[in-house]
Amino acid sequence: MMQIVLVVVSVILSLAAAGAIYRMARGPSLLDRVLAADVLLAIIAAGLATDMAINRHLENLMLMVALSVIGFIGSVTVARFVSDKR
Amino acid sequence: MRKRNSLRQELPLIIWLVIVWGALWSDFSVGNLLFGALIAVGITQLLYLPPVELGGRFNVLHGAGLTLNFLYQVVAGSIEVAYLALAKGPRLQNSVVAVRLRSSSDLVVTATGHIISLIPGSLVVEVDRSTSTLYLHCINVVSEDGADAMRATVRRIESRLIKTMGSKQELELIRNEPDQHPARSGEEGAS
Amino acid sequence: MNLQLVLDSIVAVCLICGALMSLAAAVGLLRFPDLMSRMHSATKPQVLGLLLMLTAIAIQLRSWSLVPLLVIAWIFQLLTSPVSAHMVGRSGYRTKHRHEELLKIDDLDQVVEAAAQYRAGEYRRAAEAGEKAEEAAAEQQDIALPDRDGPPENARFDDDESRH
Repeated sequence: MMQIVLVVVSVILSLAAAGAIYRMARGPSLLDRVLAADVLLAIIAAGLATDMAINRHLENLMLMVALSVIGFIGSVTVARFVSDKR
Repeated sequence: MRKRNSLRQELPLIIWLVIVWGALWSDFSVGNLLFGALIAVGITQLLYLPPVELGGRFNVLHGAGLTLNFLYQVVAGSIEVAYLALAKGPRLQNSVVAVRLRSSSDLVVTATGHIISLIPGSLVVEVDRSTSTLYLHCINVVSEDGADAMRATVRRIESRLIKTMGSKQELELIRNEPDQHPARSGEEGAS
Repeated sequence: MNLQLVLDSIVAVCLICGALMSLAAAVGLLRFPDLMSRMHSATKPQVLGLLLMLTAIAIQLRSWSLVPLLVIAWIFQLLTSPVSAHMVGRSGYRTKHRHEELLKIDDLDQVVEAAAQYRAGEYRRAAEAGEKAEEAAAEQQDIALPDRDGPPENARFDDDESRH
């Protein structure tokens, strides 16, 4: 059963990643791209979590935490420097 | 140089750091926790932050209610946003709604903003600290009624938070509130 | 054996729902019209998605000592994701990303406008942050709750919601 779940989850995550990458390439502005990159990181984290759940190990957990921290620092930094221009 | 915080003010932070330490090692034995506490004290002394002013009380029962309600709203909101993405898509309209909070403590305002931001469908765009007003960007809110419903939601979350960990004064504020304008709230509903 | 099957089913449901949350985020990214709405779909469903994924891991590994670690991983996401969403939203609102035609109600417009004008006048003041807040507050008095007839100080106690 787990193999079927793995296939289904991979398909869903690939579709999601394709959407995020499309928005990243297309995105009319910098902030759109940053947002899409954030989503892509979250999708990668979801993939790592799926791997851990199905193969029953924990080696990716710290990588997941590090990914979310990178996403956080990245988007905050970019947003900070896209400052008030009205 | 800034004034050092007293150990009592730092205690919640130290306890939190020790729990994180234990969890990271997946080891809650006494020796490990003691070593973690040592590191936590060292960190708080070396790299001190401005103190967080806690209300001085914590109601576990209300806290559990708040958590359950929060989880429910996250699930409901996630489904709603996913539905909107599929059904409405590009025809979506939003609003920026100002919500005045009753509490003026930084902790309660921050926590309310955090919870509101985490619930899908609303997002804190700006905070006015002097009047403790949150400006929320709300998805799919197109009428004053919707904005009022959003304000009501935010205030309900705030009152739950105050019941959980607000100070005594804030608790008084919440408790006195329904009695303050008993007649006016009826008019408000009618208008 | 039966328990095994039940747990496996829960894991399967958690994983698939978690993945669907990521898909919902991507669909929102593609279909929503402006940055602010995209942000709603981008950052929020991930909170639930990660929770489901971590639940699946905890059930699969069946060890209680792991639970605090997973809870902390989730709490870190709870703490960071609103902050980054706020930063992106704030700068998005204040730059060209605010599409007025997509906003039905906008309570913040005048406040930001006043603050921007104020800042243009007295840009280099040391007390800028505090003054800006006051200016915004003064402006706020007029527009915060336009549908109330009383002064805003009282208006905030008027809500009949807290009655319950």
